[in-house]
Amino acid sequence: MSLGTFLIMRHELLLITAALLVLIAELFWNPEKKKGISHFSLILFGVITIIGFLPSPEGSIFGGMYVSSGTRLLMKNILNIGTLIVFIQSIGWLKKEENVEKVSEYFLLLISTLVGMNFMISAGHFLIFYIGIELAIIPIAALAAYDRYKNKSAEAGIKLILSSALSSGILLYGISMIYGTTGTLYFNEVAALFGNTNLQILGFIFFFAGMAFKISIVPFHLWTADVYEGSPVNITSYLSVISKGASVFILMIILFTVFPVIIATWQKTIFVVSVLTMTIGNLFAIRQQNLKRFLAFSSISQAGYILLGMIGGNQLGMASIIYYILVYVFSNLGAFGVVAAISNAKGKENIDDYNGLYHTNPKLSLVMTLALFSLAGIPPVAGFFGKFFLFTAAAQKGFYLLVFIAVLNTIISLYYYLLVVKAMFISKSDTPIESFKSDISTRIALGICIAGIVLTGFASIIFEVIRNLSFGV
Amino acid sequence: MDILSLFVVIPVLTITAILFLKDTRQVRLVSAFGMGLQLLMAALLVFLYLTARHAGNSDEMLFIRDYLWFKSLNIHYAVGVDGISVAMIALTSLVVFAGIFASWEVEFLRKEFFISLILLATGVFGFFISIDLFTMFLFYELAVIPMYLLIGIWGSGPKEYSAMKLTIMLMGGSALLLVGLLGIYFNSSPDATKLTFNILEISKVVIPLPAQRIFFPLTFLGFGVLGALFPFHTWSPDGHASAPTAVSMLHAGVLMKLGGYGAFRVAIFLMPEAAHELSWIFIILTSISVVYGAFGAIAQKDLKYINAYSSVSHCGLVLFAVLMMNQTAMNGAIIQMISHGLMTALFFALIGMLYGRTHTRLINEMGGLMKVIPFLSVCYVIAGLASLGLPGLSGFVAEMTIFVGAFQHHELFYRIVTIMAVSSIVITAVYILRVIAILLLGPTTNEHFEHLPDAKWFEKISVITLIGAVAAIGLVPFWLSTMIGTSLHPIINKILALNPF
Repeated sequence: MSLGTFLIMRHELLLITAALLVLIAELFWNPEKKKGISHFSLILFGVITIIGFLPSPEGSIFGGMYVSSGTRLLMKNILNIGTLIVFIQSIGWLKKEENVEKVSEYFLLLISTLVGMNFMISAGHFLIFYIGIELAIIPIAALAAYDRYKNKSAEAGIKLILSSALSSGILLYGISMIYGTTGTLYFNEVAALFGNTNLQILGFIFFFAGMAFKISIVPFHLWTADVYEGSPVNITSYLSVISKGASVFILMIILFTVFPVIIATWQKTIFVVSVLTMTIGNLFAIRQQNLKRFLAFSSISQAGYILLGMIGGNQLGMASIIYYILVYVFSNLGAFGVVAAISNAKGKENIDDYNGLYHTNPKLSLVMTLALFSLAGIPPVAGFFGKFFLFTAAAQKGFYLLVFIAVLNTIISLYYYLLVVKAMFISKSDTPIESFKSDISTRIALGICIAGIVLTGFASIIFEVIRNLSFGV
Repeated sequence: MDILSLFVVIPVLTITAILFLKDTRQVRLVSAFGMGLQLLMAALLVFLYLTARHAGNSDEMLFIRDYLWFKSLNIHYAVGVDGISVAMIALTSLVVFAGIFASWEVEFLRKEFFISLILLATGVFGFFISIDLFTMFLFYELAVIPMYLLIGIWGSGPKEYSAMKLTIMLMGGSALLLVGLLGIYFNSSPDATKLTFNILEISKVVIPLPAQRIFFPLTFLGFGVLGALFPFHTWSPDGHASAPTAVSMLHAGVLMKLGGYGAFRVAIFLMPEAAHELSWIFIILTSISVVYGAFGAIAQKDLKYINAYSSVSHCGLVLFAVLMMNQTAMNGAIIQMISHGLMTALFFALIGMLYGRTHTRLINEMGGLMKVIPFLSVCYVIAGLASLGLPGLSGFVAEMTIFVGAFQHHELFYRIVTIMAVSSIVITAVYILRVIAILLLGPTTNEHFEHLPDAKWFEKISVITLIGAVAAIGLVPFWLSTMIGTSLHPIINKILALNPF
């Protein structure tokens, strides 16, 4: 094994280097000018994101524990883009008095979780996968408690760490059963040795439940709303988009490559949890007043839609999931970006506070509307295409009933997304949020999101590239 | 750039232009210019179409342009028109043009109003030019969403409730539709190698009957919701009553026609076997729509509600005729769509103008308006007479053709439903004449009404455009029915092939 083969891990190596550089910068930076660290980290990360798109070798190292392929590289790049947007969005927030002293921690921790996710995505072995997943979640718990002077934030951190510890336990239990019945943890060997015995099915169910916690699929979603509400908005957006996207992706990869033998089993499982997730997520979202909780439940239901791409086990399904994650990155970060901008400037987070927003802040309202329409799947924005492809993928394998339930659910979701639109455009308010000018970084981030929301749909080339990299069972 | 895509590009350019305007007074000028251009384009299209047909071009669709969009799913941006779509495009551009002038005096958020209105029109134009189910569906949804803002922001009465009800019900319709379209797509190729969304290509294959039995009702219901099919018509009275004038015009005049157009272009054309088998269910539902809508109109006191229920009745007649599945009735269905589109737009425009003067829409609070505002009153009478099917105006041609077509079926069932539907003519006459009598004739009941001003110039443009078109169809219907008739042949042939009468 030559040193060159390590370059297969380019994404991870770059991120680790970046994390170390941020750490070193923290040591030597002039304490008076600590704000500069955020710009330094941002530029560093921007460079990494660009390098990520350069052609990269594929293959596997460490005897197949680490695998790199076109699909996985693509997913890492999507995560990089999303994280970059989150970073840009948070610049203004990090300039606040109470945050300045812990700027480097923010970048250090977020980059570490991203490293974890990258390892998780590239796993070819359940141990690497497990290490990745833990590395991805523990630093986020610290970040959820970033506003440590706030009770809710601390509570969010504790809730996240406890529930993820529990879910990891369940996950490990499932993995141990898989190991016990097959005698190996390598993905390809497990796939070859996996039969259809009861114990193996049980192992799979535990594994799936553990993953369902991470993706917050019903009935394992209970932590989501509280954690999303308590964490700082930027962390919430990261959790709901990047973290969820990575977990969905690796679950799909494992289902497609490790468990193709029991496809009939996991199709039934996914059918049930998908219907539950969409419906419960949507019904709870209707009742929410706090926008972060609102978006939390909306993101639960979005996970339900995403499962529709998984259920067929087909190439189109994989392509539509990756495509939808990309669309979802732009749409959800757009929505969260507006929430963050208003929350940081005025401290308001309720739907009622948005009454009459269009008359005072028309641009923010328009961004929010486009983002919500994209989440609801309204043309001509990208969410429409994303949902259409997900539904097509499920219909290709004959799951018309599921598609029908999902489409009905999009109508429910349209109802509550329109409630926000109604607040901004139609409702009158005596005390509207005053007109304010958001800072340059927020505007850039929202601009990227809007460009993504509008272009990803029309530019068919993006979908075609993704589809060519995808594969089915 | 082909001529058909211009029908989408011009509205989009108009919207872009409006976005950059600083002075809100220029907004309506730009809108009127854009939509006037669109009207000219429509006239040009009719001319080009007739010339091409005259020159012996007998293709099913003309001016076809096809661009591959999503290669792996074989999704195309494909446009093309036959006589029916040309007629619908002409109707749309007339109504939009009149709608711009009818909303000349919108003050509140004027820019946003015209943008939403034109966006709605973009969706409708796009729908009528599409021959690819994917783009068709995209434009369909695009047309529905601006309605929410238009009714919610600029509407009256319980506008938030009506806007939400309308949006949710129409999107519910599109939910059914989406499943139906996916079903058609995955059955569009016998060996699943060359799946396609292209209507013309799908019409060449026979979709397996078991699949048709599932997806025909879904597709038909999906479009039926938009065409106010009983019992899914409830969004229509509330929505129309709350919407601002131009939106009611556009919605009742054009958007509801999307339902009728889609029902026969997609549901019946692509799945004729199932349509034949299951049509009796929908014929019963549509007959209920026709009669129930007419009775509903009698019971109402609010002018907009009367007209909205009358639309339910008339649009029910469109679906009724489409389901008769023969040349004459379908011909009538298309003429009815055009005629009702113009007539109802005229009605809603006049109601809006009356309301702007009297500040009430309840008929028993008004009276004797003929003396005060003769121009508007006469126009109202003309609209009413067209609506009850007086010979010489468009309504007569349409309804006559439909009922003759429906009577060509010999079975008892068809006879009964036809007689039921015919009875709606009488009921229509009752409510129309009643409104005219109370509203326009007799003494002036309210002294405030003595000094109402008659129509302004922009209102006259709006009204005269529509009346001219109504009279034109009524007096010389033949060029229209020829244009439609030849385009119906492929559809009729497909139906006849499986079941010669």
